[in-house]
Amino acid sequence: MFQLGIAALRPTPLIRLGANAPIHLPPQGGKETKRSPFVPILLGDYAPPRYLWRVTEQPRLTEQIAAVRLPEPFLQWFAQRGWSPRAHQVELLATAQAGQSVLLIAPTGAGKTLAGFLPSLTELAGRPGKRPGQARRGIHTLYISPLKALAVDIERNLGKPVEEIGLSITIETRTGDTPAHKRQRQKLAPPEILLTTPEQLALLIAAPDARRFFEDLHYVVLDELHSLVTSKRGHLLSLGLARLRSFVPGLQTIGLSATVAEPDELRRWLVSQNPPGSMAELIVVTGGAKPEISILDSEEHVPWAGHSARYATPEIYNEIKRHKTTLLFVNTRSQAELLFQELWRVNEDTLPIALHHGSLDVAQRRRVEKAMGENALRAIVATSTLDLGIDWGDVDLVVHVGAPKGASRLAQRIGRANHRMDEPSKAILIPANRFEVLECRAALDANYLGAQDTPPLVNGGLDVLAQHVLGCACSAPFHADALFEEVRTAAPYASLDRPTFDRVIDFVATGGYALKNYERYARIRLNKDGLWRVSNPRIAQQYRLNVGTIIEVPALNVRYIKAGSKGSASRGGRVLGKIEEAFLETLTHGDTFMFAGKVLRFEGIRENECFVSNAPGSDAKVPYYGGGKFPLSTYLAEQVRIMLDNPQRWKKLPEQVADWLRFQADKSVLPKRDDLLIETFPRGNRFYLVAYPFEGRLAHQTLGMLLTRRLDRAGARPLGFVATDYALAIWSLADMGRMFLAKKPSLSQLFDQDMLGDDLEAWLAGSWLLKRTFRNCALISGLIEKRHPGQEKSGRQVTVSTDLIYDVLRSHEPDHILLQATRADAATGLLDVSRLAEMLSRIQGRIVHKHLEQISPLAVPIMLEIGKMPVHGEADDTLLMDAATLVEEAMGTK
Amino acid sequence: MTFALAMTALLADADPIGIAGERAICDRRGVLYFPELRLLTVSDLHLEKGSSLARRGSLIPPYDTGATLLRLQAVIADYQPAIVISLGDSFHDGGGAARMHSSFRERLEALMAGRDWFWVAGNHDPDAPADLPGETVRDLAIGALVFRHEPSAVRVEGEISGHLHPCARVVQQGRSVRRRCFAGDGGRMIMPAFGAYTGSLNVLDRAYAGLFRRETLMAYMLGTERIFAISGSMLRPG
Repeated sequence: MFQLGIAALRPTPLIRLGANAPIHLPPQGGKETKRSPFVPILLGDYAPPRYLWRVTEQPRLTEQIAAVRLPEPFLQWFAQRGWSPRAHQVELLATAQAGQSVLLIAPTGAGKTLAGFLPSLTELAGRPGKRPGQARRGIHTLYISPLKALAVDIERNLGKPVEEIGLSITIETRTGDTPAHKRQRQKLAPPEILLTTPEQLALLIAAPDARRFFEDLHYVVLDELHSLVTSKRGHLLSLGLARLRSFVPGLQTIGLSATVAEPDELRRWLVSQNPPGSMAELIVVTGGAKPEISILDSEEHVPWAGHSARYATPEIYNEIKRHKTTLLFVNTRSQAELLFQELWRVNEDTLPIALHHGSLDVAQRRRVEKAMGENALRAIVATSTLDLGIDWGDVDLVVHVGAPKGASRLAQRIGRANHRMDEPSKAILIPANRFEVLECRAALDANYLGAQDTPPLVNGGLDVLAQHVLGCACSAPFHADALFEEVRTAAPYASLDRPTFDRVIDFVATGGYALKNYERYARIRLNKDGLWRVSNPRIAQQYRLNVGTIIEVPALNVRYIKAGSKGSASRGGRVLGKIEEAFLETLTHGDTFMFAGKVLRFEGIRENECFVSNAPGSDAKVPYYGGGKFPLSTYLAEQVRIMLDNPQRWKKLPEQVADWLRFQADKSVLPKRDDLLIETFPRGNRFYLVAYPFEGRLAHQTLGMLLTRRLDRAGARPLGFVATDYALAIWSLADMGRMFLAKKPSLSQLFDQDMLGDDLEAWLAGSWLLKRTFRNCALISGLIEKRHPGQEKSGRQVTVSTDLIYDVLRSHEPDHILLQATRADAATGLLDVSRLAEMLSRIQGRIVHKHLEQISPLAVPIMLEIGKMPVHGEADDTLLMDAATLVEEAMGTK
Repeated sequence: MTFALAMTALLADADPIGIAGERAICDRRGVLYFPELRLLTVSDLHLEKGSSLARRGSLIPPYDTGATLLRLQAVIADYQPAIVISLGDSFHDGGGAARMHSSFRERLEALMAGRDWFWVAGNHDPDAPADLPGETVRDLAIGALVFRHEPSAVRVEGEISGHLHPCARVVQQGRSVRRRCFAGDGGRMIMPAFGAYTGSLNVLDRAYAGLFRRETLMAYMLGTERIFAISGSMLRPG
């Protein structure tokens, strides 16, 4: 839940950047005035840098502007509470009233959401009431948030001041949960402010009356914009905005965002890219009080490897006891489950400690959120599901267990701790292993510097565009030229070329295959008048069922039954949540694992349910991977390399970690900042290669796949590899170290950039990673339906068929537009090829090889992961061979 | 390589199994061959599944018929059978044969030329395929063997059927492999689906209840290089 941060204790420092558009003040007492309310401030002899010229710090000025801008009832309302509007709220209002779109970047607690709504509220307050008999009025303001729950919260929280100020403004939500009759009514009598999600916007745009429905729209407020723009949801939303702009040419957007690395990307995103490069105005509220962040300097031994941070449990528990409410963030669901278990193991005072992650049953999550809002909890263990604004109550400590993986992510999570931006947030980082100590240190330094490493925006997906094109056709016939121009006004599609666009239209119409077989089944057809129309109404009906870009991983309900009872006999107890099918497939009857804060025994799978029983007291045997794992950001990776290269900076590290690095320098070598260190050594009857690229797990995984192929060709007989965020280890039967010393092959040959050519192509051919990516593209583009009227396909059915389709399409038409979209996704997504490419070019001529007699200190962490981490890649025939051999042995046939 | 050599290689590669006393080879590509009878059987081709779905709005790639025929061509070239039995659901729907692109029709007819070809009626294609040679039958008895599309509920020794698209799953060291398979218990055999777009159903699913003698159930899983015979006790549901 957001809080209306109106309680301005002190004015907020404000920086205004961007075009010096003259600000147009509204008529005030009949007079119209034009002036800029901003003047450069000089503080003594200190001349602020140019970009700070527009810093406005004076409360008086704020009041002055407020007097000009805010209608009387608003001023009274502020005054009655002894508040005054914050500078950025007024500034945003002025910008919006001047007809500009605007991006507001502000930390949590800055009253961002009220700022976003002030232009609408003041405008609606001044609008004369509808006369009887007057034609209906459409929506005035559209608010879009990434979360349904957020839209619902806003409705409640905006309603209160609106009522107190005495405004009669209708505010309603429209989400997937809105009942059909209410949606119907909203179509006939729209509210003035509609709060909704990107998917609902796509649906509204695809409706036949879309143009009329939106004809009165003035503002679109986009909340949590930083999290929306990086995904395909953001691509779809940008296309929706482009459509709205074509309905209402003067439409203004107001983006609300946390701090990001490249604000200009978001500024372009908010406005039409015709002319190219146009940007929304920018208002930045700088950070309130600096958070107090520390790294746990544990009395205990910091483990070499692993992600549990179990060693720190007692120390974490003590911190919980010392604070009112503690929020514990972890990176994966498995970590959340584990930490929750460990805390309850030591919870002698039975403090109310709760668990929250995306796989838990919704009702359970709502209960936890409610308890949190009522301050009934002392601690909550959560994953990224809680990254976005939910009601926090009075959190006074954030504990981040495991490395934060990105400096901006850390800042945003810590920001959650405190909704009063004037008081410092308090946070403790708990590294789970030694490399994470380095990473936490780097993140902390970055946070101190205010460095940001949010990911850059990528070009819009062609699968998303295909969905949008069909949606446009469902709404009204379109002209390809006009739609092309419109689509290119959306920033993610600004560089789209016409041939590609035409191929997308062709794809939507007939699948776009070289074998022109489906003309008679076309979904849209080009008519003589030059307009594309849907060929029959059923197409629109199917489209509406499948709109959106969120693809759920196939998952099964987890349901309690009595131990040992057959699933069929018992009706089953309550549902605990959902687990990915892929994980459950690796379990056998009797295996124990952790879920929903319990140790459970796997009893079996029946249709779409997984039956489990309680297994109290036993240890969970099977580790549960999965959940969103973020790769280490490029920025932090570089910071860690810099730290390794500079012994001066080790002083800030815990003594045991600094010792570890000194040992490494002694026994092997520490890589220079831009070098790639490769160590080779024998161990047991195997030979090992350990590389330290620090480029994140996904890129390392891809690198591992490619290197093992090359090593295999070179005769090294590689057996397997394991990848972490920091390093990559490959083991083989042949002595790779000697091979490299003899330059057969040389390491520079092995790591040559050409591995991203044929080798990548060959490996990708059968890769499950690409199949999974293809599945998403197929579903989003509408090639395969998520849902068909009257039936819902199970994940399994969809998975099987897209894999088969992929195989067939790849062998018959490898250049098909959907495969093009798939490869583009994979490059930045699961394979992270782009990052790997940058790394390979960075290390040209900078590979340092150390051939060792034995394992080095730096290699210990990744060596410990061997056997613990799931080996990635598809299980292959060798596994079948093992099984078949087992049978043969048992039967005595061989 | 001459045909005879290729044949020897194929026969040596696979351990023949017995079905109701007949020797049969489970080919890793999903066909069953009876050397003594020179009989090749293949099940659930589901030709024209792509265009069948396209009619309903899913414009999936129209290459499945071509892909399936190409694979069929390869096994027929290897075995040179005198008799081919397509065990039902040869076409995804009754109109499939009529919709088939002329180039595919010509390829199919070339495969059929010079041998006895039986279309066993399936639930998807109960009637004879339009304008194609070959004989359409409900079921077919040859020696001790009975060929029909759907396995009969009452046990029939020597029955070869399809319809269920069997696959099997094996788990080892926390890793799982699922493959299409032949499922047999020495008395009857259910064939894997051959079509490029055909999904599969685990042999431990309830749909197979009562069809096999559990203690002798074997899944002959299709590997990339060979068939893997896995006993029923090693299999996992799902």
